[in-house]
Amino acid sequence: MRVALFITCVNDALHPDTGRAVVRLLERLGVRVEFPAAQTCCGQMQYNTGYRHESEPLLRRFAEVFAGYDAVVAPSGSCAAMVRDAYPRIGARAAAEGRGGRLAELAASVAPKVFELSEFLVDVLGVVDVGAYFPHTVAYHPTCHGLRLLGLGDRPLRLLRAVRGLTLVELPGAEECCGFGGTFSVKNPAVSVAMGRDKVAGARASGAEVLCAADNSCLTHIGATASRLGGGPRMLHLAEILARTEADGPALAAPARPSRTEGGVQ
Amino acid sequence: MTAVPLGMPAFPRAAESAVGDPVLRGNLRHATHTIRAKRARAVAELDDWARLRAAGAAVKDRTLRHLGHYLEQLEASVTAAGGQVHWAADAAEANRIVTGLVRATGEREVVKVKSMATQEIGLNEALTAAGITAYETDLAELIVQLGDDRPSHILVPAIHRNRGEIRDIFLRTMARWGRPAPDGLTDDPAQLAEAARLHLREKFLRAKVAVSGANFMVAETGTLVVVESEGNGRMCLTLPETLISVVGLEKVVPTWRDLEVFLQLLPRSSTAERMNPYTSMWTGTTAGDGPGAFHLVLLDNGRTDALADQVGRQALRCIRCSACLNVCPVYERAGGHAYGSAYPGPIGAILTPQLRGTATALDASLPYASSLCGACYEVCPVAIDIPEVLVHLRERVVQGGAVTRQGARVTIRPAKGHAAERAAMRAARWAFQHPRALRAAERLASRTRAAHPSRLPSPGPAGAWSRGRDLPAVPAEPFRDWWQRTRGGRQEGTR
Ligand code: SF4
Repeated sequence: MRVALFITCVNDALHPDTGRAVVRLLERLGVRVEFPAAQTCCGQMQYNTGYRHESEPLLRRFAEVFAGYDAVVAPSGSCAAMVRDAYPRIGARAAAEGRGGRLAELAASVAPKVFELSEFLVDVLGVVDVGAYFPHTVAYHPTCHGLRLLGLGDRPLRLLRAVRGLTLVELPGAEECCGFGGTFSVKNPAVSVAMGRDKVAGARASGAEVLCAADNSCLTHIGATASRLGGGPRMLHLAEILARTEADGPALAAPARPSRTEGGVQ
Repeated sequence: MTAVPLGMPAFPRAAESAVGDPVLRGNLRHATHTIRAKRARAVAELDDWARLRAAGAAVKDRTLRHLGHYLEQLEASVTAAGGQVHWAADAAEANRIVTGLVRATGEREVVKVKSMATQEIGLNEALTAAGITAYETDLAELIVQLGDDRPSHILVPAIHRNRGEIRDIFLRTMARWGRPAPDGLTDDPAQLAEAARLHLREKFLRAKVAVSGANFMVAETGTLVVVESEGNGRMCLTLPETLISVVGLEKVVPTWRDLEVFLQLLPRSSTAERMNPYTSMWTGTTAGDGPGAFHLVLLDNGRTDALADQVGRQALRCIRCSACLNVCPVYERAGGHAYGSAYPGPIGAILTPQLRGTATALDASLPYASSLCGACYEVCPVAIDIPEVLVHLRERVVQGGAVTRQGARVTIRPAKGHAAERAAMRAARWAFQHPRALRAAERLASRTRAAHPSRLPSPGPAGAWSRGRDLPAVPAEPFRDWWQRTRGGRQEGTR
């Protein structure tokens, strides 16, 4: 099975640690993962903001870059959902408008083989215990696209529960949106910040040292909100927890959290 | 509609003031969280919910596909049963028809059953202008009317008010509209309800004309249906001599049997009840029982235009249960008034720009009043894919294109104020098509990272972001450089 890593533009530019963790984790599980350097972005920002036409060349490019692979793993629920849920819609619309006839074919060829990381681990590799060690309390935030568009269900939780040393705590208001929503966060800043603050309040109330999610965009938003409010749990992508082993020792280096857990949220 | 500055159209502004009002936010949060939990329990009781939901969507879709046929059938059934049908192309025509019908009775006041359609067309204002007073009889609508306020929720128009505020409104204004509030009224719910009951009873017993909407219209029998919780609707529907019902075209269902599906979907989704307390049905007129004259005003007001849009038309399935409002994180913070329409929340964000068009700054901003979290789609009892329609309407806003307006196919231009955004989207797309350029940009960002601020209080996206959040730090080395450095020798698939 030829497996490609789709790192996503946000992870590439802002969260390379997540990408390194995915590579490390998959290689530990015996997967020889390739990184096609011609990859860039799935086009989600363009599509979701209403620029469907601008997203079409990126669909085409994505399908071509990953054409030779059996599976494409993405450490992002929302980018995986873009390919699986939106690409077929974009293809169908283009066909209905009599443009880009091949877009629908390209979408159909690539959509079924894109997996969010936890899906790939649980459904494709069939592992739940990935041999990780992480002696800290963790709360899991199920991001909207992972939860509702991909239907990740309890896969990430099962993976986390199998991590040695890890204590999973409940996140109040877990299934509520964090308020990121791509360009929503800049188009409706007041509402977006209010949502982010409530999410930070939930994360603080959970008592967790780490807030974990399968999407760095949401974590970036929550972390940036927490940082402005004076701190909160540390944000860590699921891959970065699953990649750690006993040899790494306790994960959180001394100044684990940016600052205190106390302090008003509102 | 007043012009608003670039990048900050109407909804975000209106929402901002709601976000900054702690009482309003507290009221909304409390009310929506309570009802959403109850709805989830009520829905979970039925093991065939998914199939009911699919059936509801299917009935509505089939009806919409043959809407002309079912409306003609409805007209024939209503007429045969002794009612009179009037067709209204837009709000002005509907208001003219209703005003004329009331005038013909010689009456100067009407009692009203809570109705979204009459709010949509601004009927109360039109009646006032014609010297006719309309009395709202739904408790929440009464609170809104007495408070000289606007509704902010489909089901609970006064959701933004708490008990103390309601008592103050009653004490302050009830006397001006009829029977005054009892002395020493407290904010005890039972006392508030009793005050409203006494105030309203006077109106029910006096009124000769009632105006209602309808939740459903059955084509085969000409039967109209109103479901409600308080019984005020039934009083209005049975006591007066003349009944005028203003109903959107999309409320028709083909057969009586179809109600079986919707009368299960609606109460559980809206009030989290197994069955609503009152279901009133009326078919034309019957001598000696109920109103002697019945008028049905069939309202288009943009609906057939919306029907012409293959993606957007699913909004016409809506049965106005308000479940989508109650789970929407944006509605919860922004409140209903920010949507500037009778239809707030997620359904308002997709319905209003279809009924009114996207020409004003407010209407063009509504499709963006969502983080696309999908919670609305998940709860919608007729499976309206609200996020899909939102994205579709965003496209209409920024790209323009062919739409149907008043029955004619027209090409609209992109809404104003998106030039900078469009340029940015194009530039980003270009960079994403040229990995080398992307890589160079990433490296530049990494090299200059020490100089990046965590806030940028200027206008533009970074400024909007950093008003309440820090800008993220850029790492020393992008992933693709790390890969190249550590595994450069074995990379496959490079182009
Ligand atoms: S869109 Fe769906 S959930 Fe929202 S009010 Fe209409 S029927 Fe209810």
